[in-house]
Amino acid sequence: MSEIPAELRYASSHEWAKNDDGTVTVGITAHAQDAMGDLVYVELPEVGQVVAAGDEAGVVESVKAASDIYAPVSGEIVAINEALEDEPELVNNVPYEGGWLFKIAMSEESDLDNLLTADQYQAQIESE
Amino acid sequence: MPYIPHTPDDVCAMLDAIGADSIEALFDEIPAHLKAAGKLDALPEGLSEMEVTRLMNERAAMDAGAVSFIGAGAYQHHIPAAVWEIATRGEFYTAYTPYQAEASQGTLQVIYEFQTLMTRLTGMEVSNASVYDGASGLSEAVLMALRANRKSKSRKVLVPTALNPRYTAATQAIVENQDVALDSVAFDPASGQTPLDALKPFEGQDYAALVISQPNFFGSLEEVDALTDWAHANSMLVIGVVNPTSLALLTPPGEWGAEGADIVVGEGQPLGVPLSSGGPYFGFMCCKQKYVRQMPGRIIGRTVDMEGKQGFALTLQAREQHIRRSKATSNICTNQGLAMTASTIYCSLLGPDGLTNVAAHCHANTQSLADKLTAIAGVERAFSAPTFHEVVLTLPKPAAEVLAALAGKDVLGGVSLATDYDMPNAILINATEIHSESDLDLFAVALKEVLAA
Amino acid sequence: MSETQLIFQLSQPGRSAVSQAPKALADDKLSAIPAHLRRKQKPALPEVSEMQVVRHYTNLSSKNFAIDKQFYPLGSCTMKYNPRGANRAAMLPGFLNRHPLAPETHSQGFLSCMFELQNFLKEVTGMKGVSLAPMAGAQGEFAGVAMIRAYHEARGDEGRTEILIPEAAHGTNPATAVMCGYKVREVPVGKDGDVDLDALKAACGPQTAGLMMTNPSTCGVFERQIEAIAKTVHEAGGLLYYDGANLNAILGKVRPGDMGFDVIHMNLHKTFATPHGGGGPGAGPVGVSERLLPYLPTPMAGQRDDGSYHWIDTDTLETSIGHLSAFMGNAGVLLRAYYYARSLGREGMIRVGEFSTLAANYLLKRLEAVGCTAAYPDRRASHEFILTFAKEAKELGVTAMDIAKRLLDYNQHAPTTYFPLLVPECFLIEPTETESKEALDEFVDAMAAILEEARTQPDMVKEAPFTQPVRRLDDVKAARELDLAWSE
Repeated sequence: MSEIPAELRYASSHEWAKNDDGTVTVGITAHAQDAMGDLVYVELPEVGQVVAAGDEAGVVESVKAASDIYAPVSGEIVAINEALEDEPELVNNVPYEGGWLFKIAMSEESDLDNLLTADQYQAQIESE
Repeated sequence: MPYIPHTPDDVCAMLDAIGADSIEALFDEIPAHLKAAGKLDALPEGLSEMEVTRLMNERAAMDAGAVSFIGAGAYQHHIPAAVWEIATRGEFYTAYTPYQAEASQGTLQVIYEFQTLMTRLTGMEVSNASVYDGASGLSEAVLMALRANRKSKSRKVLVPTALNPRYTAATQAIVENQDVALDSVAFDPASGQTPLDALKPFEGQDYAALVISQPNFFGSLEEVDALTDWAHANSMLVIGVVNPTSLALLTPPGEWGAEGADIVVGEGQPLGVPLSSGGPYFGFMCCKQKYVRQMPGRIIGRTVDMEGKQGFALTLQAREQHIRRSKATSNICTNQGLAMTASTIYCSLLGPDGLTNVAAHCHANTQSLADKLTAIAGVERAFSAPTFHEVVLTLPKPAAEVLAALAGKDVLGGVSLATDYDMPNAILINATEIHSESDLDLFAVALKEVLAA
Repeated sequence: MSETQLIFQLSQPGRSAVSQAPKALADDKLSAIPAHLRRKQKPALPEVSEMQVVRHYTNLSSKNFAIDKQFYPLGSCTMKYNPRGANRAAMLPGFLNRHPLAPETHSQGFLSCMFELQNFLKEVTGMKGVSLAPMAGAQGEFAGVAMIRAYHEARGDEGRTEILIPEAAHGTNPATAVMCGYKVREVPVGKDGDVDLDALKAACGPQTAGLMMTNPSTCGVFERQIEAIAKTVHEAGGLLYYDGANLNAILGKVRPGDMGFDVIHMNLHKTFATPHGGGGPGAGPVGVSERLLPYLPTPMAGQRDDGSYHWIDTDTLETSIGHLSAFMGNAGVLLRAYYYARSLGREGMIRVGEFSTLAANYLLKRLEAVGCTAAYPDRRASHEFILTFAKEAKELGVTAMDIAKRLLDYNQHAPTTYFPLLVPECFLIEPTETESKEALDEFVDAMAAILEEARTQPDMVKEAPFTQPVRRLDDVKAARELDLAWSE
């Protein structure tokens, strides 16, 4: 069973979100990267782009699949993980650390409440 | 039964294995009243190979026998014998898309070599495995530019009037349903070029790209460096539309202006593909490396197998329809494999000097033809700009009338510009390396006779 | 290992195939081209001899599987025999040297073939008009959906923004709908492979522009509710699009026009035996019902009262969706299809659907008998059928991909794998009418042997193939470290 850190929140579309004083770091879960296989490319949003929760904000590609990344919360993109341009495998190897995708300056703190807890996300992937 | 190998015994054995009484029983899930029985009566009886061949020989012979000076996007060149003898080998001719890479290394390596050849001819960094033809290739380039130009929010592209009007029409038909606008840039009626002045009205406006055709439809050479720099200064991408033969002589689009063209497309037919009534040809498509993920079509990469041995595979497939479905870069799912294979063999046989010589003869023969024809009273060059291997001439009589009379003498004397450019007395002519001095004289004599009549 | 070298690696400065090109011209012949527009360095094409080229590409060709060499049962690709006579006929000098803009006086032979081919295709599909212009199946799809759009727009029916597509559909269908400016709504498919009719009814409405589907479907079965589907879509004001990917299954047996389809495309490189050429060129003519006739793409061949032939173009058919290429599409492919149609004639055409269906049902039963699992065991196969190796994947760790690769070692081309997406670990197998019973039996023997190997030595199967020019390739490296053109 893949790792699901208890302190993070999760979207049903397999993104994780970590809130640090209103700046939310977003990545994809260990379960999601495992299902995709070796990632070969990550398309990220542009810094300054404003997104609403549920908007498409990027794409992760493996050899045989491509999956959209949705913003788990609303706000402005304030940082992207530029290391992924040369090393998309970081998402496979360290999905919750060096494999993060982008950071959002959250505009609606209540968006977080709509995300799943670790237990809820665990239950979701078990039922898939 | 043509092409069906089963004997009556085979059929019985197969039906037995299935547990069906008859072949008709295999269609028992189809509602009876939908069946086509008796509805195909208008189809003729089948013919033997000898009979169809005779029939098609007769039809083909009806269209043969003229000397042609028509260009306008498709050009007759000498094709070395080896090109199609190899391209139509069963191993190329009857293979499919290289889905099983291990069993398709022949096709895959040819595509990789083709991609390399195209990057070298165009001076660009990457190439795809080809698209349907030059005109539809331009439509793909326009859609690609809209995706690739992140500085532009517009759905508009600038297209010169001096671009082959057939390219403009096909591109319009293909992109218009996506709310893309193609705005025209006028040409200079004296030079037959697209002048910088014609771009002035668009300065500072938001367009995703400027299309530059080199040579343009009139055969005229454009000032590509200035046009390219203007587009980049106005945050537009440059889409080059080029003739591949001409690239042996002309600055490759990758070196246009300070930064080079961003996307390059063109008709690959001149590289070893016969005229064949318009197809199959292939469109080539190249771009800067940074835009490769926005490029449609098949792309082959070099990699290694599990033992470290060099091999070739389809790559960047996540752009394509079979994975991305409605979000794909295009619905295209093939290339023009056979025509592309032929052109790879053609380019290898000609080499840098051979292709340069072909291009030089095309240019020199067209110059010579234009000189011979303009020696006839009332026949003049329509434009002043230097040309590659096509020239527009104005005649003292309506072009349609003259062309019909020439055709009566088995001389196909180019195309009329009456409809597309409102130049009723103008013809666009072409000569290539295949035209001998006597071919050129034949045209001159025939034209003189027709005009005198 | 000379044969794995690239043509560029054979190059030596100063070497050339001199007789293949005209002699060099003096540079003063080029003086009309301004120096600043001239290329500074010659393009780095290979400098090789004629024989080096011939040997290199002949050797490369030998690394391909091909219909001329192997059984090639790719599902939905119709890899039938490509008659050599068709190739010879299409490459007759009169056809090969005809310029696409040659006047009609010098085009009567070619135009007559195109006019007759249009009529043959109308007859076998039951449509009212045919245009040969689209250059591939995907372009035929584009033309079809663009015509649907033109039809609604001409009626001022502007709220139609959606194209419905069964979830099992080929990826080109949704990609095409988007290229035509539509949104895509997927319709679920039931456990028996037929469309979920209730879901379709719920999805249809005033926003529906049309439905795109194949029949037989991509599940390899005939869609039995086709008339109810047509009625549902038509009642909602939408049009019905037939993707001709699987036309071979019903050629001569059922006509799309009689099933209620408004527009269809045909893949002549499948159904009409023109070559696949390593991925193209194909040809994707479109056929339409009465109401879409004004929108057909141009040019088309027409016939005058005096029997002569002419082009029909946008100057007279102003409502046409227009040109899809610079000229008239893949003429040489169309000539090959014309040869095939004349060669088969009426009787031969009817037999295509019959014998392709016989071959598929036979192969399915025999494969089931040796332990393969059918995805739709209670259904008749059409001209193709689906196997699923979900059990083998779960219990033995041997996937459909592994079995496909191992088939190559048995000198059998693998079927289509992992399509349609809704069946896990699947093969889509289409044997075609031109394969002998012995060829089908050999494939069954190979599959039986591989299933046995999967049980007894799964690790070996997972490493297959062993007999090909290369072993399994590193796709991840190919995508991460892009190497798309050779550099010395």
